[in-house]
Amino acid sequence: MGSIIRVDRLTKHFRDIKAVEDLSFSVEEGQVYGFLGQNGAGKSTTIRMLLTLIQPTSGSIDIFGMNLQRHRKEILRQVGAIIERPDLYKYLTALENLRIFATMSGIKISEKKLMDQLAMVGLEQRANSKVKTYSQGMKQRLGIATALVHDPKLIILDEPTNGLDPQGIADIRNLILMLSSERNKTLLISSHLLSEIELIADSMLIIDKGKKLVEGRVNDLFDPAETVVELKTTNDEATFEKLSGSGFQEFVQERRNDCVLLKLHRNRIPEVLKELVRMEVNVISLHSKHSLEDYFLSLTTGQPHVEAPKN
Amino acid sequence: MWKLLKIELFKIFKRPRTYIAFGAIAAIVFLIQVALKFDGKSYVDLLMSNLSGSFEFSDEFKDKLLNGYLICFVILNTLLIQMPLLVALIAGDSIAGEANMGTLRLSLTKPVSRTQYMLVKFAASVVYTLALLIWMAALALFGSMLIFGTNDMVVLRSEGIEQMKDFDVLWRYMAAFGYAAVALTTVSALAFLLSVFAENSIGPIIATMSIVIVLTILSEMNIPIYDKTIKPYLFTSHMVAWKGFFYVKADAEGTTINGSIENLPAVLRSLGILMAYIVLFFSTSVWVFRKKDILT
Repeated sequence: MGSIIRVDRLTKHFRDIKAVEDLSFSVEEGQVYGFLGQNGAGKSTTIRMLLTLIQPTSGSIDIFGMNLQRHRKEILRQVGAIIERPDLYKYLTALENLRIFATMSGIKISEKKLMDQLAMVGLEQRANSKVKTYSQGMKQRLGIATALVHDPKLIILDEPTNGLDPQGIADIRNLILMLSSERNKTLLISSHLLSEIELIADSMLIIDKGKKLVEGRVNDLFDPAETVVELKTTNDEATFEKLSGSGFQEFVQERRNDCVLLKLHRNRIPEVLKELVRMEVNVISLHSKHSLEDYFLSLTTGQPHVEAPKN
Repeated sequence: MWKLLKIELFKIFKRPRTYIAFGAIAAIVFLIQVALKFDGKSYVDLLMSNLSGSFEFSDEFKDKLLNGYLICFVILNTLLIQMPLLVALIAGDSIAGEANMGTLRLSLTKPVSRTQYMLVKFAASVVYTLALLIWMAALALFGSMLIFGTNDMVVLRSEGIEQMKDFDVLWRYMAAFGYAAVALTTVSALAFLLSVFAENSIGPIIATMSIVIVLTILSEMNIPIYDKTIKPYLFTSHMVAWKGFFYVKADAEGTTINGSIENLPAVLRSLGILMAYIVLFFSTSVWVFRKKDILT
């Protein structure tokens, strides 16, 4: 498999603001690539540079092995995208919107194929309704249909689940997984929600303040069985002391706010509970957190909540 | 390119706001026609009052005066001042409106170059301007011809009156409408340029109108220092040169020469200046837009 996207030392400055700084990464063919970062980390600026909406200050972007500046049209013919919100012509119908963007993509498409595209995102019944009557979820799905209308090889989705309800998020996630597994598309998906990315991405890149923090395969960055346990008891200080002096000392991370944090394998949780009962600790709650979420936060906020796994 | 232009026109003519301008023109033309149909004589008397000191007009002459051609001239005089606002409504919205809706960024991720995009957008606003003028011509000229009939045409000037034979008028209107199309395209190009800088259409529309109003006032003011230094270069000074098609030459006996234009070089020079402004405004907008980061 070759690289579909190759970004080399990409930099964008808006006067004094360094939005993206020396960013390099590559996306392989057929991958679902997660692009993570807090709001304002530089994700959208990077994506806009990948789509020629923003001119880089320096650095280069190659897509499909071609330089983006020199082969813009050829490249964009094979790229579908949604940037932030799926804004469409609200005074036109879904079908009219789709037809417009299909024509702009340089393809001739039959009415039946347009309807098939709408059926794929579950909007065939509302094909002739004006977009202004659509819910946010429906607009998002229509946005995806417009991004896919010309059957692109590469799909770039910037925060595709923003503003969606849980069902809408699940629908988009399933659609992304279907596009990857059944249609062999390469997808670059940005989000500030790690929980969202880890469910769909093969690889990911985390950026902060425009700089790369970490890049790699999701499984290499994170052991899914590893977890962080948030333990609340009637006396956290005593619990922390007791656990630190027990056989579970190596798992105790820290005392934070009104709880004690432990980092351990899921299988060890029953043993910890038994030990807490034996030590006569009054447990109020025990909550298993995703360690990658903490990892992400520790990387992007600079506060090491838990020890980050080594790459 | 043609397909893209069709898309732009489809988008323009699918929007209800597009028809506001057509409605406004129809309303104004209708009101003027109704007023002159029922009280045209008073209007003619008013027009003649300025000249009555040196000329004596018979009632028969006054009746002949009030025909479709004169009515159209009156309407054109009134409407061509308001038309820039109607034109700016669409041209000012061209890019800024797309930025405001968020569709600009989606459109620019398609395999269409920015220059091509701008060409198509501008061409669409020119087509809209032409459609508006054709609509106006149909109502003001042909509508008035139907209602009031045709006869020789008389145009009043400060220096006196211009009289044209019935058969010598229609081509002048065609030329005047053609000239008005160029004049309004100049306003359209200005609104289009301002639209590139904005992210909602209100700004460019108001800015265009403000510029047109300020420059029109400057063009109309009688300040000697401006007459040769500034006025000849303001596009607003040349927007009313369509009237030149209705100023005719006369022979030694003072008889009108059919098919003549009093000062054709001046009209052509004005036309050239307006065209130069169109090229300047449009090429600047393309230059700015090609370099612009799309952040909306």
